[in-house]
Amino acid sequence: MQREQTPLQRIVADFARSKLALAGLAVLVLILLIAVFAPLISPQNPYDLAQLDVQDSRLPPGSRSGDGLTFWLGSDDQGRDILSGIFYGLRISLGVGVASTLCAVFIGLTMGLCAAYFGGRTDSVIMRFVDIQLSFPAILIALILLALLGQGIEKTIFALITVQWAYYARTVRSTALVERRKEYIEAAMCLALPPARIVFRHLLPNCLPPLIVIATVQVAAAIALEATLSYLGIGVPITEPSLGLLIKNGFDYMLSGKYWISFFPGIALLLTIVSINLVADQLRDVLNPRLQK
Amino acid sequence: MPPPFPGSLHSSFRALSFSMPVFIIRRLMQSVLVLCFMSLLVFVGVYAIGNPVDILINPQADQADIERAIAALGLDKPLWEQYLIFLKQALLGDLGKSFAYNIPAIQLILERMPATLELALAATGMAVLLGIPLGLWAGLAPDSWAGKLIMTGSILGFSLPTFWVGLMLIMVFAVELGWLPSNGRGPTTEFLGVAVSFLSWEGIRHLILPATNLALFKLSLIIRLTRAGTREALLQDYVKFARAKGLSNARVVGVHVLKNIMIPIVTVIGLEFGSVIAFAIVTESIFAWPGMGKLIIDSINVLDRPVIVAYLLIIVSLFILINLTVDIIYSLLDPRVRISEARG
Amino acid sequence: MASTIQTATACILRGFALFAACGVLSVHAAELRIGLAADVTSLDPHFLNVAPNNNAAWHVFDALVHVDANVRIVPGLAVSWRAIDPTTWEFKLRKGVKFHDGSDFTAEDVIFSLERPATLTASPGPFTGFVKPIIAKKIVDPWTIRFKTDAPYAMLPYDLNSIFIVSKKAATGASTEDFNSGRAAVGTGPYKFVRFARGDRIELARNDAYWGEKSAWNKVTLRILPADTTRIAALLAGDVDAIENIPTADLTRLKADANLRLEQKVSWRTLFLHMDQYRDQPPHLSDKSGKPLAKNPFKDARVRLAVSKAINRRAIVERVMEGYAIAAGNLVSPPVFGHVDALKPETYEPEAAKKLLAEAGYPDGFALTLHAPNDRYVNDDQVAQAVAQMLARVGIQAKIETMPASVYFGKARAGEFSFALLGWGSFSGDLALRALVATPNAEKGYGAWNWGRYSNPKVDTLLEQGFATLVENKREALAREAATLALKEVPVILLHHQLASWAMKKNIAYSPRTDEYTFAHHFRPQ
Repeated sequence: MQREQTPLQRIVADFARSKLALAGLAVLVLILLIAVFAPLISPQNPYDLAQLDVQDSRLPPGSRSGDGLTFWLGSDDQGRDILSGIFYGLRISLGVGVASTLCAVFIGLTMGLCAAYFGGRTDSVIMRFVDIQLSFPAILIALILLALLGQGIEKTIFALITVQWAYYARTVRSTALVERRKEYIEAAMCLALPPARIVFRHLLPNCLPPLIVIATVQVAAAIALEATLSYLGIGVPITEPSLGLLIKNGFDYMLSGKYWISFFPGIALLLTIVSINLVADQLRDVLNPRLQK
Repeated sequence: MPPPFPGSLHSSFRALSFSMPVFIIRRLMQSVLVLCFMSLLVFVGVYAIGNPVDILINPQADQADIERAIAALGLDKPLWEQYLIFLKQALLGDLGKSFAYNIPAIQLILERMPATLELALAATGMAVLLGIPLGLWAGLAPDSWAGKLIMTGSILGFSLPTFWVGLMLIMVFAVELGWLPSNGRGPTTEFLGVAVSFLSWEGIRHLILPATNLALFKLSLIIRLTRAGTREALLQDYVKFARAKGLSNARVVGVHVLKNIMIPIVTVIGLEFGSVIAFAIVTESIFAWPGMGKLIIDSINVLDRPVIVAYLLIIVSLFILINLTVDIIYSLLDPRVRISEARG
Repeated sequence: MASTIQTATACILRGFALFAACGVLSVHAAELRIGLAADVTSLDPHFLNVAPNNNAAWHVFDALVHVDANVRIVPGLAVSWRAIDPTTWEFKLRKGVKFHDGSDFTAEDVIFSLERPATLTASPGPFTGFVKPIIAKKIVDPWTIRFKTDAPYAMLPYDLNSIFIVSKKAATGASTEDFNSGRAAVGTGPYKFVRFARGDRIELARNDAYWGEKSAWNKVTLRILPADTTRIAALLAGDVDAIENIPTADLTRLKADANLRLEQKVSWRTLFLHMDQYRDQPPHLSDKSGKPLAKNPFKDARVRLAVSKAINRRAIVERVMEGYAIAAGNLVSPPVFGHVDALKPETYEPEAAKKLLAEAGYPDGFALTLHAPNDRYVNDDQVAQAVAQMLARVGIQAKIETMPASVYFGKARAGEFSFALLGWGSFSGDLALRALVATPNAEKGYGAWNWGRYSNPKVDTLLEQGFATLVENKREALAREAATLALKEVPVILLHHQLASWAMKKNIAYSPRTDEYTFAHHFRPQ
C-alpha cells in the first residue's frame, strides 16, 4: 500500500525529478550564500574608496595590486577587484530585484484583486492608473525620482516598484475576472461571507499560480531593468555598483580587448537569472494543478 | 445563465441589456481624463528635473542671456500658469514646438513613428512566427533534448540585457562576418503614404539585427506561454476525446490544441505590443535606428518638454486603444467575462 | 570605306576620351562618410548654439572670421579688420564670393545675418549674446562694414566667428523647416545642401565655386551615430570612413589597427572642480561624523591648495584617461590665447597636503560630497571617483553623487553643490576667467559659471582692462597676468585638458582641431 505523502513531500519529490532544476537550485543557493556572506569572503571591500587605487585599474585576471592583493578575475577601471565587486554586486542586484518585485507584486495583487472584485468605478479608476503607469517610460520615472529624491539604492528600488506594479495588477485582474464569475465565488457570495474573506481565502489562491510564474520571470526583468537604469546613469550610485552597473562600466571595454571587466559580472548575472528561472519553472510545473495527471 | 442568486441578479440583468457603445464612450471619456492627468504628471516631473536652458545654453552666455532665454521659452512663469497655457493650446490641437528642433513636437514624433512601428511589428512578427512553433514543440515533447534546449534558450532570451545582446549581434554579424550592416535604417519607399524600408532587400538587411534584438524577449515569453498552454491543453478531456475518436496527432495538435491556446497568447501579444515599443528605446540607441525611442531619450536628456509631453500623450493613447480593443475582443470571445462596467 | 574608317577612328578616339575623362572623374568622384557623435537638431545656423549644430553648419555656411586648428582667429568672409577708433571696428569683406545659388555675397547679407538671431525667440541656446555689444552697423561700401560698440570691446572678431552668414535673399522670412528642407540653406561654404534626414544623416555635395581651398570630396554624408559602440563598429565594419569622439577605452585598440589611422590634438576642454567659497555652512560639507563644521574649509587658501596637492593628476591621465589627456596648470589648453606656460600643473604631494590641512585646523580632515555629471564629459564619473579615492588618502572623506547632465546643471546653478565638476572650452584665457573666476556680477555678465563665487577684485580689473584693449598682444599680456594672479590662489582645482581624437581609414588623413570640430573639407585622401 502506498504511503500517503504530505503535500510538501510531494512537491519536493516532484521538483527533484528534474536534474536541471536541481542544478539551478544548487547554483541559486550558492549565489544567495555568497550574497549574504559577501563581506566575510571578499578579498576587498570594493565600496571603500580608501582601499582602492586607480593605479591598479584594468589589470588582467591573476595580476597583483600595489598592496599585494591578487585580482583573481582582474580589476575594473577604478582599481576594484572584480571578484569582490561581483560578490557585493550580487547583494545589490538580488536585493534590489527581489525587494522591488515583492513590493510590486503585493501592490499589484491588491490593486488587481480590488479592481476585479469590486468592478465598476473602482475597476475603471484602477485600470486607468494602470494604463498611465504602463505608458510612462521607466526611464522618465527613474529620472524624475532621481531629481526629486537624489540618488541611492532605496530610490532605485522605489523607481522599480513604481514601474512594475501595474503589470501585476493587470494580470491579476484578468485572472481574477475569470475566477470571479465561477460558481464557487457565487456560492461564497450568496453565503454572505465578508468580501475580505472571499477575496483572500477563495479568490487569491486561485490567482496565484499565474502570478508566481510572472513574478519569477519579473525578478529577472527587475534585475535587468536596474542594469538598464544603471547603464543610463540613473540607477544605483557608482561607488556601490550592482552587477548591472559593473557590466555597464565594462561595456566600454568590450571592443578593446579588456573583456574581463564586463565578462565576469555578465556571467554572474546570467547564472543568477538563469538559476532563478530554472527553479521557478519547475516549481510552477509542480504546483500547477492542471498538470497533475 | 447562472441562477438568479441575490447580488448576481442585478449583474445578469445588466448583462442582458449590456450595450457596447455606452461602454466605449465611457472608456473614451475616462481616457481624456487620463491624458490630462498624464500631461500634468509630465509637467510637474520635468519642472522638478530642471530646464533645458541650463543644458543647452552657450557657455559664453552671461546671467542676463540665461534669464532672457528662460523667459523666452516661458519657463520663468509659475508651474500652474505654464500648464494652463499648455492646456489651452492643446485643446486647439497644438502641443507646442520642440525646444531643440524648433518644429512642432507632434510632427517630430509622427515623422519617426513609422520607423519604430516597423521595427516593433517586425520584432513581434519574428517572435510569433518562431515562438509558437518552438513553444508547441517544447510543450509536446517537454522531456526531450529539443524541448529542454528550447526552454533553456528561452531563459537566456530574457536573461541577457538588451544592450549586451545588441552589441554581440553587431560584433558577430557586422564587424566579424560582415554579412549585415552595423547600424541605421535602409532606404525607404512610400507605402500607403508612409515611409517603409522592408520593401527592399537593402532595407530588410538593415532590419534583421535590430528586429532580432528586440524580438528576443518576446520570443522567450511566447515560447514559454505556448509551452505552458500546450502542456495544460494536452491533459484536457477534449484532447483525450479527440484521440479516442481516432483523429491523427497532427490534427489534434494543429487544430484543437492550437485553437484553444491561442486566446491567451493573442491577448498577451496585443497587450505586450506597447511594451515592445517602450523596449525599442534601447535597441534604437544601439543600432542608431531613427525611431521614436531614440527621440524620447534625447528629449529627456535635454528636457525638451514639448516632445516629452507629446510622446507620452501619443503612447498613452496607443495603450488605451490597445487595451480597449483587447477588452472588447476578450469579452466577445470569452462569454465568462462580462465587462465589469455592467455591475457598476 | 574611308568614311567607315573615319567613323571607326572617331568612335575609338571618343572612347579614349571618355575613358580618360572617367579616369579624371574617378579621382574627383570621391565620397566621404563620417560618423558623428551627437545629433544635429536643425540646419538653421542661427537657432541653437550647440556644437553639433554648429559643426554641421560650418559645412554649408561661413562666418566673417574663421578659427584655425589652434583656435586662433583667421580671415573668413572678412579679409581684414581693425579698430579705427576705440569704439568702432571696420571689417573689409572678401570680394567675388558667391552663394550656392549663384548670387553675390555682399555687406547686406552680413547685416541681415547679424540681425536674424534676435528674431528667433524660442531658443534655449540663442546666438543673441554675440551681437549684443554691437550698437550700430554701417555699410560704408559693399565690401566694408563698420560696427560701433558702446565701450571699447576687443572680443568683437571672436564673437563674429559665431554668427554664420546666410543669404538675405533665401533666408528672409525663413523658418527652421525651410533650412532643414534646404530651401533657405543657401550659404557660401565648401558644400551645398542636398538632404537632411533628421536623426539619421546629412547629405552634402561639393561647392565647386568655393572661394577657399576646394574639398577633395564631391559627396559627403554625415551619419549621426551617438552610441559610442555603434559608431566604432560602423568604422570597423566599413560603413563609415571616419568617426569622431572615440572613447578612451578604444583608442589603444584603434591605434594598433593596421587598417586605421588615428589623429589627435589637445582639446580646448579643461576639466576642473569648483569649490564653494562664499557660504559659511555649505551643503554636503561636514566633519567625519556628520556634524556641520565651524567654518567653510574652502574659504582657506591652504585647504584649497591641500586638495590640489592631494590629486595625482598623472595617475588620472594615465589610468583613468588611459594616457589620452594632459594635466592642466591653466584654465585653457596650451594652444589657446592666454595660456601661461610658466603655470605648471600642481605636483602630487599627499604628505604636504596633510600638513597643510593640519595647519588650517583640519588634522583629521573632513567630509564632503563630490557632484559630477555622468554623461557629459569624457570619463566624467570615473574622474570623479578617482579624485574621491585620492582625497580619502589624505583624510578627506569624499562621497560621490553623479547624475545625468539634464539634472546636474540646473541644480549646480541653483547652488546645491559645494564641490562640483565642470568642463570648459574657450577661445581665450580671459573669456574663461571671466566666466569661471570673475566675481559674479549679473549686470556686467561676469562670473556666470563661477559656482564657487571665488572673488578677487584685482583679477576683475585686469579682465575689464583686457576686454577694452584692442591690441592683441597687450590683451594677451593682461590675460596672462590675470590668470597667474587668480590661479595662484587655487580658485578651482584644475584637473586636465582632454584630447580630441578622430579615427579613419588608413588612406585618408585629417588635420585635427583643438575646437573638436569635424570638418569634411579638412579630410584629405592620402
